[in-house]
Amino acid sequence: MSSIALGQYYPSKSFMHRLDPRMKIIIGIAYIVASFLCTNVFSFALLLLSAVVLIVISRIPIKVVLRSIKAIIFIMLFTAVLNVFWTKGKPEELLFSWQFINIYSSGLYNAAFIVVRIVSMIIGTSIFLTYTTTPIQLTDALERLLSPLKVIKVPVHEFAMMMTIALRFIPTIVEETGKIMSAQKARGADFTNGSISKRAKALVPVLIPLFVSAFRRAGELATAMTCRCYRGGEGRTRMTKLTLTYRDFVALFFIAAFIAGIVLLNIFAPGYTMGG
Amino acid sequence: MSYIEIRDLNFSYRDDEKPLSVLRDVSLDIEKGEYVAIVGHNGSGKSTLAKLLNLVIDDYEGFEGSIKVDGKEITSSDMTEDDIYELRKKIGMVFQNPDNQLVATIVEEDVAFGPENLGLPREEIRARVDGALMTVGMTAYAKHEPHRLSGGQKQRIAIAGIIAMKPECIIFDESTAMLDPMGRREVVDTMEKLNREEGKTVITITHYMDEAVRADRVIVIDDGKVVLDGKPSEIFAEDKLLRQCGLDLPLCADLLLRLRARGFSLKGEINTPEQCAQTIADALGK
Repeated sequence: MSSIALGQYYPSKSFMHRLDPRMKIIIGIAYIVASFLCTNVFSFALLLLSAVVLIVISRIPIKVVLRSIKAIIFIMLFTAVLNVFWTKGKPEELLFSWQFINIYSSGLYNAAFIVVRIVSMIIGTSIFLTYTTTPIQLTDALERLLSPLKVIKVPVHEFAMMMTIALRFIPTIVEETGKIMSAQKARGADFTNGSISKRAKALVPVLIPLFVSAFRRAGELATAMTCRCYRGGEGRTRMTKLTLTYRDFVALFFIAAFIAGIVLLNIFAPGYTMGG
Repeated sequence: MSYIEIRDLNFSYRDDEKPLSVLRDVSLDIEKGEYVAIVGHNGSGKSTLAKLLNLVIDDYEGFEGSIKVDGKEITSSDMTEDDIYELRKKIGMVFQNPDNQLVATIVEEDVAFGPENLGLPREEIRARVDGALMTVGMTAYAKHEPHRLSGGQKQRIAIAGIIAMKPECIIFDESTAMLDPMGRREVVDTMEKLNREEGKTVITITHYMDEAVRADRVIVIDDGKVVLDGKPSEIFAEDKLLRQCGLDLPLCADLLLRLRARGFSLKGEINTPEQCAQTIADALGK
């Protein structure tokens, strides 16, 4: 139970892993924007290429990446099929027609574009934000990035603290769930047989003690934090400092060049342009 | 003037209608640099006493008497938030369940939590965290995740988190109750080190008599009242009274007592197994 992994973090020491998490959030967002800027075959090809490059430099095994794409394969196929049937192109693009079903070549293009966009977006964001960044780094970076919002009374520190504590307690609570389930099994509880509703009911004697204990833990933690002089984010300093290194500027340069490349290809490259 | 002065302290919790009295007429003085063990069976009020010293009780309605820490009356009504904050800087507390005290997912970040709350500069926090981890002997685990450590190790991290705030006094509120014998020894060794080497005032609340033996002074609380107060050897001579309070004698003290009852004449200290063995050896040598 102690080997429980938080999130999908894949430990390694690649270039990507060493980037400042703040920079990774910014680049991740820029990457999503870039995927929406693409409009023709060439810019989409560049987008797909960039996703492959990201996988290579982050040294995440392709199997791991495919697993995250598998999770959304249904949505992807669904939108692709919708695009094939619902795109209404020019009459000369008509490929196939039967009763009310008309398939245009532009529909096939659109479907392919959508698939490339979704796949790249998933690969891009998961490589920047989940595979190469621990949840705690992410929380920390978000707190620092959003800290200007404190001026308008957004409780940024409090949210980050809540996230940190939640992450800290996930393994503890998972372990406790295991213990309670064993204890109830020893008393004759059966979690594996019977109908779904019966199995769900069998979980009630697990959930009740779990909740009671979670509240007790929360109370004790609050007391311990008070004793350690915690008074919220005000006047608090931090031991760790996030510093931007040359790597972060290299990454920033590449993402800027990438977006510029997409825009240029959109304007100057020939071919079908994505449309409705 | 003592470091902690408790005078005529009475405390009761509101349990439904009837107030439930937990502390009665407690008066105590604890000096700076002392190593005190407060013992008593479950429900004797010892934990409430500890919590009162750090003002972490929800409801002070049932409170009477006075507590002074370092000459300042902490229970007066004109204590401000800042005064309470200053008090908590002076007196650190380590609790029973190590899991419910650790805030961060990395050991050194958890130790840094207290100093960060104090608003110290970055270099100072770094130095304190390294120093505290060194004191509890956990430097090698600085980058580990706390949930992968043993109970005793987690509790030592919790202690490091308190040491890093540089308090004058540390209260251990049954900090060994949930640990295995190995973890318990690690924690008690750390307590002793903090008192002997760092000069901290240590107050440990426990029901393990073997731990109380190692303190300079033992206070026995039963049913909210101070029953005995003295050196460990004086306390363990009162075996009948201790048993009445629901407490057992430490193994060594019990052994010597039984031998004496059988007519052996044994003289000497009985605080550690070594002293006990020496006492028996001396008696046999005669």
